[in-house]
Amino acid sequence: MAEKTKLFTRIKFYRIRIEPRLSEPPAWYPPLISVGALILALILGGILIKLAGGDPIRSYAHIAKASFGNIGVISDTIVKATPILMTALACSIAFRMKLWNIGAEGQFIMGAFGASAIVLTKVLPPETSRWVFIPLMMLAGMAGGAIWGFIPGYLKAKFNVNEIISSLMLNYIAVAWVNFWIFAVWTEAGFQMSPKFPLNAWLPRLTDYAQNIPALSGLTTHMGLLFGILAAVILWLVVFRSCWGYEIRLIGDNPQAARYAGVNIAKNTLLVMMLSGALAGLGGMSEVSGMVHRLQTAPIAAGYGFTGIIVAWLSKLNPLAIIFVSILFGALILAGREIQPSGVPKMIQGIILVCLIASDFLLRYRVRIVNTAEEK
Amino acid sequence: MAQPNLPNNPDPSPAQPPFVVEMRGIVKRFPGVLANDHVDFELRPGEIHALLGENGAGKSTLMNVLAGLYRQDSGVIKINGVPVTFSSPRDAINAGIGMIHQHFMLVPSQTVTENILLGLDNPRFILNLSRYDSKIAELGKQFGLEVDPRAKIWQLSVGEQQRVEILKMLYRGANVLIMDEPTAVLAPQEIEGLFSILRSMTAQGKSIIFISHKLNEITAIADRVTVLRRGKVTAAGQPARGLTRQQLANLMVGRDVIFNLEKKPVQRGEVVLDIQDVHADNDKGLPALRGVSINVCAGEIVGLAGVAGNGQRELSQVITGLRKCKQGRIYLNGETVSNRSVIFGIQRGMAYIPEDRTHVGTAPNLSVTDNVIMRKYRQSPISQYGLLNMPLAVKYANELKQAYDIIVPHVSTPVRLLSGGNLQRVILAREISGQPQFMVAVQPTRGLDVGAIEGVHRLLLAQREAGAAILLISEELEELLSLSDRIYVIYEGKIMGEVKIEPGEPDPGLIETIGLMMTGTPLEQIEQQGVRVHG
Ligand SMILES: Nc1ncnc2c1ncn2[C@@H]1O[C@H](COP(=O)(O)OP(=O)(O)OP(=O)(O)O)[C@@H](O)[C@H]1O
Ligand SMILES: [Mg+2]
Repeated sequence: MAEKTKLFTRIKFYRIRIEPRLSEPPAWYPPLISVGALILALILGGILIKLAGGDPIRSYAHIAKASFGNIGVISDTIVKATPILMTALACSIAFRMKLWNIGAEGQFIMGAFGASAIVLTKVLPPETSRWVFIPLMMLAGMAGGAIWGFIPGYLKAKFNVNEIISSLMLNYIAVAWVNFWIFAVWTEAGFQMSPKFPLNAWLPRLTDYAQNIPALSGLTTHMGLLFGILAAVILWLVVFRSCWGYEIRLIGDNPQAARYAGVNIAKNTLLVMMLSGALAGLGGMSEVSGMVHRLQTAPIAAGYGFTGIIVAWLSKLNPLAIIFVSILFGALILAGREIQPSGVPKMIQGIILVCLIASDFLLRYRVRIVNTAEEK
Repeated sequence: MAQPNLPNNPDPSPAQPPFVVEMRGIVKRFPGVLANDHVDFELRPGEIHALLGENGAGKSTLMNVLAGLYRQDSGVIKINGVPVTFSSPRDAINAGIGMIHQHFMLVPSQTVTENILLGLDNPRFILNLSRYDSKIAELGKQFGLEVDPRAKIWQLSVGEQQRVEILKMLYRGANVLIMDEPTAVLAPQEIEGLFSILRSMTAQGKSIIFISHKLNEITAIADRVTVLRRGKVTAAGQPARGLTRQQLANLMVGRDVIFNLEKKPVQRGEVVLDIQDVHADNDKGLPALRGVSINVCAGEIVGLAGVAGNGQRELSQVITGLRKCKQGRIYLNGETVSNRSVIFGIQRGMAYIPEDRTHVGTAPNLSVTDNVIMRKYRQSPISQYGLLNMPLAVKYANELKQAYDIIVPHVSTPVRLLSGGNLQRVILAREISGQPQFMVAVQPTRGLDVGAIEGVHRLLLAQREAGAAILLISEELEELLSLSDRIYVIYEGKIMGEVKIEPGEPDPGLIETIGLMMTGTPLEQIEQQGVRVHG
């Protein structure tokens, strides 16, 4: 009894304190924290699976198998990761300048629309060569996204309209716009989707080469991945090795210093929002042309733009890191589709996110347990 | 009450320990820098103790250790004779130690009282503000810190905000007050005000640690001085009375400092900068410049004197293209530069040392390299075809680091980790290294140590000898008098007059004239009255 009260009073005198971190943590600290957060998330997820009556170890093994188990599912993971990679790159460049573009979703959809319009307006005959179709669709996709980025960019640069609100609102308009076209104009026999694209408007997939290399049979990884990786490398070079990227970093860190250095902030706001939109738009193009092969709202407006925000943030806006993080997210999404009940991977995805984002807190603050009794 | 009675403690009331703060053998290491190397420091009750030292000597670090912001690697801190370990500023303030930083940490939209109560456990929720208002007003009166407790922070001047910071610490029961370069942000009259506050606080038993680079302030206010050099103590608690400026400077930098550099005669060249009847508004949209006309020629330094806030900032911005001119024109070598872009000026060899080095002059999270290329990243060979040549930029940054003595372990370090003086050197290196034709320097020596000030003055004079035209905007009259060939005085956006500075000791009449102009008397009026007196 006495022991117990003593323990209680002792605990009572301990308090947890949170204080801003004033010196830089050592270099090994951030990665360690991220890994720790990931492990913690998996443990928490495991507990929840257990509570729901499942077997955590088997569930995790299943998720791993469903997304990385064999070459077929790895290919599917990559297919899922491709649109996320593009939208995350789109977000990263805008965020780098502290432009909060929440509209990658809408820009992605408009990119898909632009690319589809090349096919569906029948300006080109269906038997046109791939070498004409694909580049034109890419251009149209990027243009569609860029226009959707231009609008909030212009409003911000000219009238200082909050880009969070305007870009978010444009997402809904993009969905409604595409719906209008597939309901009213390009509908396939009354269904809410366009007819399938002619084969020449499809991005090449690995499985297309199965005749020569049988191992590739059934692998749907398409050229969009290549666009994504290329875009990531180019974006890295732009950000860290070009004058324009330097200006973007300068504005992002201190707009007043940027002005002093002679950087035109309004112009860059416009350009960066357009670049961001174009990257998301290219993602939309790659998705319709590489994966869906028709214009249809459901598979296009699947929230890739929002996942991109998270991936960009978790990658600390580094384009090269985005490649790997988007593959991780692709795997989680795929697992969500594969396993029943599908709530589990979604939930784990959520827990991982919360843990990773919360762990960021530990980089900026430190937590101390203090003995308040001693202080008195 | 719960204090156990210590056995064998025959002395119930120990004599007042001789020191309120005693630091012994403090060592603090940062990656690549030994910021404090076995530093001893003692503070007596009721004294003003000045802490002096070169830029990067470790003054702020030592005080951050005392205030619980950093943890020392080794060494002991005793408060009133009792060893303590602080692991947060809260621990320090509980022990009666409060630090006032150079950058104030106040919420602009809240009142003085709200700011003072912010973050306290008691009261956690403020229900009856007016009760606290009067409490704070009383505390203010006690120490001569007059501020209206109900005023919002944004309505207050810098000096008043500083008083709020002091009040905040006093309200939390601070017995020892650490002030890191408190005068750097103040106008001369405000400095006098601060000094009388400090005196009234020590008279009531508080102890003060005072960091400053201005030696005349030290001799005016401090009782004792401790000097640091490269992390080590070079003078420990010497009485300040009787120390000359030269002696102090010598202790700081370890050599003789020349306060009045020789100004070589330079043949004055063509007019480089010509400002004609310029009008401009300030940030709030009120007129800040009301018909300013001045000119600067090649090979001369022209000073602009005036009390802070009389349009100096706006004038520098109008010249460099950061602010629109409403009326009037500015010519650089005969070409209009007013209402053009900033790049326009940069491309024509205009250099600019802005007054606010953290908010305007640098990007804090970017590296030293990124910061030194800030105004020439568009030019070959730093960039070609829009691509940056990073190896070359790094090499360039390393050259500047060498040439301008920037103390930093590596040029990839983000500049926010640099000491104040080193940050200023980064800016100076960047601006001067381009061999500018014309330069606007606003408060170029603010926050620099005496040795560094001498260095900056040498650099400015060298630029003058190389034929550059320099507009020097400063609140330090002494600096203006020793460097300038001519001085304009600005008051409420108007030029009150222009005086020529002859080599040698400035005569007192001239200083008086400038002082009168700074308070709003035009030169013509002074001369007429002077004529009347003599006549
Ligand atoms: N958080 C930090 N991380 C790394 N280095 C630091 C940090 N803080 C200070 N330093 C380094 O420690 C040294 C001492 O810095 P400190 O700020 O104490 O100088 P100071 O005497 O206050 O100089 P100044 O007069 O320029 O303000 C400098 O070389 C500085 O670059
Ligand atoms: Mg300092």
